[in-house]
Amino acid sequence: MIDTELWSLFVNAALVNNFVLAYFLGICPFLGVSGRLDSASRMGLAVSFVMLVASLCAFVIHRLLVALDAAYLELIAFIVVIASTVQLVEMFVRKLNPGLFQALGIYLPLITTNCAILAVALFQTQRGYGFLECVVFALGAGAGFTLALVLMAGIREKLRLGAVPDLAQGVAITLMLAGILSLAFMGFAGIGVAS
Amino acid sequence: MAELLPGPLTETAAERFQAGLWRENPILVQALGMCPTLAVSNTAVNALTMGLATATVLLASALVVSALRGLIPRQVRLASFVLVIASFVTVTDMVIEAVAIEVHGALGAFLPLIVVNCLILGRMEALASRRPPALAAFDALGMGAGFVLSLLALGSVRELLGYGSVFGLRLMPAAFEPWVVMLLPGGGFFALAALVLAFRWGDSRRALRKGAR
Repeated sequence: MIDTELWSLFVNAALVNNFVLAYFLGICPFLGVSGRLDSASRMGLAVSFVMLVASLCAFVIHRLLVALDAAYLELIAFIVVIASTVQLVEMFVRKLNPGLFQALGIYLPLITTNCAILAVALFQTQRGYGFLECVVFALGAGAGFTLALVLMAGIREKLRLGAVPDLAQGVAITLMLAGILSLAFMGFAGIGVAS
Repeated sequence: MAELLPGPLTETAAERFQAGLWRENPILVQALGMCPTLAVSNTAVNALTMGLATATVLLASALVVSALRGLIPRQVRLASFVLVIASFVTVTDMVIEAVAIEVHGALGAFLPLIVVNCLILGRMEALASRRPPALAAFDALGMGAGFVLSLLALGSVRELLGYGSVFGLRLMPAAFEPWVVMLLPGGGFFALAALVLAFRWGDSRRALRKGAR
């Protein structure tokens, strides 16, 4: 029983209500980093990891602030924690795996201003998820973000061989592609909505 | 993508204001700050509220950051900017909740998400932290105005095609079949793509005319 609920939560976050294509979250890296397949997949993984850590921290902070009767500080607390988490992750990765650190480059610090991560923290608080639900929700959101980013990068790599009018080059054509992808993801609306 | 760094030091306040409105328009030229805004641009009212809220936060944070620019150490500048922005967002969020509770409900979790609007952090880093408050304020006003106008255009187009009305006022004839797709997330992407295309087309025409003269 509980397993199917968690599973539907995951599918919901990853496919039905995909963070990028249904909620427009994380559009900046989606437009900026989706030029090449390899950097897109690495970016997706890094974001998913930070999402998971931030979600766990946000769960604890929310409990703490509610206990202290200071819920209005939530937003400020979340953003500070996310910023320091990103900083911590950056130090860890540099120490443990310098190769990966080189590959991620500037994208690692930029994760701080990724709206998808703050959104995970805000949504889980608003919907009152429990601990396990938070983990599954963060994992689903990360998987959905990575999927959208990789799909987009794949399409844009193919697109380089096509003739795109000068006027539509860059942002415009990427937005059109995102629109079509988003329509395609609407097809998932029939599955996973158990609630 | 346009250059984020500020122009020469001699730039006047009026020039900064105009730059935000057209030449460096945050949405149509720089493609910044779209994340929390595209989501709520399905009607003109939502788009206007979101735009005004963002512009207010931008102006207030620009003033504070610019006034504190000598006191903030470089190493922790990003964290300090984010703290200033987050405080103003919290205030704005509470004000909107007190004044217009229905709109607050419609915007939902997207109001707090103004914190991570890259446009605001970008302006702090690029201009407000290096220039006196007066210039920073005019830059913020220009950027905010450009942001509100493009967002309003986006919201109006989506509402007109999706519901057949603008600001709740019915404009389309009764026989008009609403384009449901414009209300879906996909429609937001399409409408913005069309706006960017139109903007670039107009810009290139203007450049051509200038060249012919």
